Amino acid sequence: MVTAVKEKAGAHKALDGDLLLRAYRVMLLARATEDKLASLYRAGMIKGGVFLGKGQEALSTASSIFLKKGDLFGPLIRDQAGRLAFGDTVLDTLRTYLGSAKGPMRGRDGNIHRGRPREGYYAMISHLGAMVPVVAGGLYARRLRGETGVVGVTSIGDGGTSTGAFHEGINLAAVERLPLVVVVANNQYAYSTPNNRQFACADLLDKAAGYGIAGFKCDGTDPAACLETLRLAVEAAREGHGPQLVVATLLRLVGHGEHDDAGYVDASLRKANVGRDCLGVGAKQLIDAGLATKEQIAEWTKEAQAEVEKALNTAQREKGPDPEAEDWQAISTERLVDGHFDPEEE
Amino acid sequence: MSVTYLEAIRAAQEKALTDDPRVFIYGQDVGAFGGAFKATKNLAAEFPGRVMDSPLSEDAIVGMAIGAAIEGARPIVEMQFADFSTVGFNQIVNQAATLYYRTDVPCPIVVRLPSGGTLGAGPFHSQSMEAIYSHYPGLVVMTPATVEDAYSMMLEAVSIDDPVIFCEHKLLYYHLKAEKLPDTAKPSGKARIARAGRDATLVTYSAMLHESLQAAEELVPEGWNIEVIDLRTVKPLDTDTVLASVARTGRLLVVGESWPWGGVTAEVISRVATEGFGLLDAAPMRLNAKDTPVPYHPDLWAAHRPTATTVAARLRQLLTQ
Repeated sequence: MVTAVKEKAGAHKALDGDLLLRAYRVMLLARATEDKLASLYRAGMIKGGVFLGKGQEALSTASSIFLKKGDLFGPLIRDQAGRLAFGDTVLDTLRTYLGSAKGPMRGRDGNIHRGRPREGYYAMISHLGAMVPVVAGGLYARRLRGETGVVGVTSIGDGGTSTGAFHEGINLAAVERLPLVVVVANNQYAYSTPNNRQFACADLLDKAAGYGIAGFKCDGTDPAACLETLRLAVEAAREGHGPQLVVATLLRLVGHGEHDDAGYVDASLRKANVGRDCLGVGAKQLIDAGLATKEQIAEWTKEAQAEVEKALNTAQREKGPDPEAEDWQAISTERLVDGHFDPEEE
Repeated sequence: MSVTYLEAIRAAQEKALTDDPRVFIYGQDVGAFGGAFKATKNLAAEFPGRVMDSPLSEDAIVGMAIGAAIEGARPIVEMQFADFSTVGFNQIVNQAATLYYRTDVPCPIVVRLPSGGTLGAGPFHSQSMEAIYSHYPGLVVMTPATVEDAYSMMLEAVSIDDPVIFCEHKLLYYHLKAEKLPDTAKPSGKARIARAGRDATLVTYSAMLHESLQAAEELVPEGWNIEVIDLRTVKPLDTDTVLASVARTGRLLVVGESWPWGGVTAEVISRVATEGFGLLDAAPMRLNAKDTPVPYHPDLWAAHRPTATTVAARLRQLLTQ
């Protein structure tokens, strides 16, 4: 198998204005949602952790914006933007963080561990790399049913590339030649561990050659570049060229979670190209291309914030799950539940 | 004509593939080679594209099965030896076992675990993993001890909507035979009285059923009549059948091939002690393998696991205390 490694760093000759606008609005909504989550966390209104994707909105949006109904998306912790682009809502986001019984996880799981698997939106587990083979399996089943043209996207960070599950999953997808796109956000740190303690290859993209799959790299702070790169990768997967590895370089602009001040981040990175805020880069791209004015962007930001407030109003009024009403049942086959642990019998 | 335990597992998979287009088989060497133990012999030729060799990646094998199940397939995956399922452990206990509870989407996968000790197999090809999987909520754990159960429980494992850990015992593969495959079956989740008796209840499962039945026969000339219960599934555990038997006999021995710390035998005793303390005429007893890795040398292995002889000795202790 020929390995095609294509570099698409910032080259976006044919900028699709409508697409960039659409992506930018998603990025704004994700940022507004996460800003609100951060303040709710600081106000003590969220139980458990808050894990944000600030600085990764461009890449995350690009990861799922090319997916269609029937495609699969297995996002990870810093994919608020990609989740929204795939059809998740601000309301379901807040419901999950606030523990509303009406959210997709019904209080049984929280924060970023949410999804609607029946709609192709897989709910991640915390173990990194674990979603790679799961999305591959979803694609395998679709192909077995005779469905063609389905694509699955899953994302991971630089830390996750060190897991066995990442390796096993990509290798399996490559052997099966599945239409899987794996998006690696190299945000320089896995929690506090820098790249030089994470991998020894010159570039994470080198891994694509090892698996015999195509690889792309892009500047993760550049929305237009992310869109162009993911467009190519998703198209290639859809056309039957097997798995595609995308490696984007960027910097996480927040802590690992909101409990973390990220004091370990090298200050020079914040000032470098890699530390740019993709929302700022995107705004400049829109203005330079004559697609938006500064005033319009300010207006859209307000609209996004208003949408978040509205969703918050709803989610805050919803009740949490009732422990008394829970069935406390981990399998669906009633007759095979181990009745010994039923509360009535205790 | 007779059918072995292994042939029953193969026949059940063949029937599942025939009856249900959603079923496929995935695992190491399961394709044209027919599996390390030949549990999928000829199935790849019979069902093109539905019985496939996988890379040597237990995590990815189970993970891909979970994704396929989410999309409506009914995968059967083979871990070549139960011991290697530790590499796929995360996907089994954290992904498959939590999916239904978290998302309301069931996870109908069957993970086949060729389990238990055989001569000369040593520490990494002999393990019994049923206890560790039973510990996790969200899994059904089947441990068939007979040819009939191997067949009918495999069919049931494929048909139910939940993840099933199918612990098939390698020692039974070739030697255990039945006249024919069953037409009807006792449903999973219910234990079976394999031998009726009155003096003590011996609860066991999988290959230890056969050691236990032999031990019960050994005690007949001594005037003891032992009731032997085959649990069939260890999760769920049919406590009612066990308690009803103990109510008749007043004495309990639980025998398992896996290690002694915790596990199925401890769970059975815990349930009887907490719910049926008054039924017991003597302290309940248990017999397991020794608390070391499973040894290689046949003499060490024979002494490591319970056998008819050690089961009989423990029964004598129980009956005379």
